[in-house]
Amino acid sequence: MTTPLLEVEDLHVAYGKIEAVKGISFTVHAGQVVTLIGTNGAGKTTTLRALSGLLTPRTGKITFDGHPLDDVPAHKIVERGLAHSPEGRRLFPRLTIAENLQLGAFLRKDTHGIAADIQRVYDLFPVLGERHRQPSGTLSGGEQQMLAMGRALMSRPKLLMLDEPSMGLSPIMMRKITDTIRALRDQGTTILLVEQNAHAALSLADQGHVMETGRIALSGTGAHLLHDESVRKTYLGED
Amino acid sequence: MTELPQQLANGLILGAMYGLIAIGYTMVYGIVQLINFAHGEIFMVGGFGALTVYLALPTNTTLALALPAMLLGGIAISVLIAIAAERFAYRPLRGAPRLAPLITAIGLSIALQQAIWKWYPDGKQARVFPQFKGHALDVLGATVQRGDLFVLIAAPLCMTALGLYVTRTRSGRAMQATAQDPDTARLMGINTDRIIVLAFAIGAAFAGVAAVAYGLRTGEVQFRMGFIMGLKAFTAAVLGGIGNIYGAMLGGIVLGIAEALATAYIEHIPGMQQFGGGAWKDVWAFVLLILVLLLRPQGLLGERVADRA
Repeated sequence: MTTPLLEVEDLHVAYGKIEAVKGISFTVHAGQVVTLIGTNGAGKTTTLRALSGLLTPRTGKITFDGHPLDDVPAHKIVERGLAHSPEGRRLFPRLTIAENLQLGAFLRKDTHGIAADIQRVYDLFPVLGERHRQPSGTLSGGEQQMLAMGRALMSRPKLLMLDEPSMGLSPIMMRKITDTIRALRDQGTTILLVEQNAHAALSLADQGHVMETGRIALSGTGAHLLHDESVRKTYLGED
Repeated sequence: MTELPQQLANGLILGAMYGLIAIGYTMVYGIVQLINFAHGEIFMVGGFGALTVYLALPTNTTLALALPAMLLGGIAISVLIAIAAERFAYRPLRGAPRLAPLITAIGLSIALQQAIWKWYPDGKQARVFPQFKGHALDVLGATVQRGDLFVLIAAPLCMTALGLYVTRTRSGRAMQATAQDPDTARLMGINTDRIIVLAFAIGAAFAGVAAVAYGLRTGEVQFRMGFIMGLKAFTAAVLGGIGNIYGAMLGGIVLGIAEALATAYIEHIPGMQQFGGGAWKDVWAFVLLILVLLLRPQGLLGERVADRA
């Protein structure tokens, strides 16, 4: 097997004395969609924040694209090709849609390429193009999620990390976002997806990991986990 | 009421100075939520920087010729001190309880005052600042001293430049992003540490300009001048809506004009004779602040804090 794009080995992350991630290991290969599912507080968001440098791991090894990411400050991570669309979208509310997208390409210098990519985001989500001069704080939840994903794509990442993209969305919007992730996957984008909405996430994923109180409790292919008895009970609300 | 144009002019001149200093409070607060109470002293050392440059120039240099160099000197000292303060006093306290940097700021402010008092030649007294010679000018019925033209020209230029910087440049947009959501700004690849330094530096540069304006208007600089000017400028920043750069300038001008009008007219209100005149102007300025805090806590141009997603 080829070397993975992202390799996480025995990662521990703590907030003060409270350890939120207690030694997890997983890999993401180029072209894959890997999902971390689990309930609130399982450590999924903490894992992503450690990967993008917003949190410093206590111990563990993160290797991305052949290089260690330890001690790389957050603002240098995106340069390596790791983009993070954070939980709760976290747009810049007083900046316009277009300005948010431009900030997604903050480190790029190719003006023409940036303009083309902004157009590509507008093609993907026409509503953003129609309102590109509107402050992002005035958008609906679903539109904000589209913009958050578009902004993360603007850095042309090797790995796109999406944290709870379906959170707080209507079923229609949720489907739209899921379809978009599927389309990105089909275009070859590598995605690390964190979700509470386990069904949608597992149906998209090549590989899934179930997190429980800071540990990986169960791993398998998306299809396998979808049909796993305990996953169905705990996360898919079936009995 | 024949003196109204005069009072408005006085208020505008004073207010433009408040506004220039207020920019420093508002930018730093907007990005790190820190009230840099040493900013008044950042302004004060700028005045001494400009004076030092003037004294170093040949004695026959005209003020008009010396002014650009003085301005650069004042700005340089203010910026230098502000960057050092950020690096060595505030940055180590990032993430500490809010009271810690506030106390540090007050300590820094005392230290800077005392440093000038002790080490600047004759720093214990007010030092004479050069003045423009020549008659005062008549502008729309108001008498304006030549030295005051400086701030009337400099303030709008500075504000225009700042407005263009913030909205039109890549680094300005990074600054807005950092103010709105620092963590997410880092995810975009923005070095937020550098943006914080930049906010301190820009605020200090504006304070340096204000210090030259202050020297030209009052004819002196002294180690204590930053205290009341800093307090007024902070009031202006809150008045305008802290975090908003246009609010800071608007707040400064409103405050300056309110002070000038209160000084001139309150004593003519029946029953208020004893509350008028220059002695009470600071009181009225702070009364205005209290009213704004009561009636419009977010300030004139401030936004409600709820838009942080």
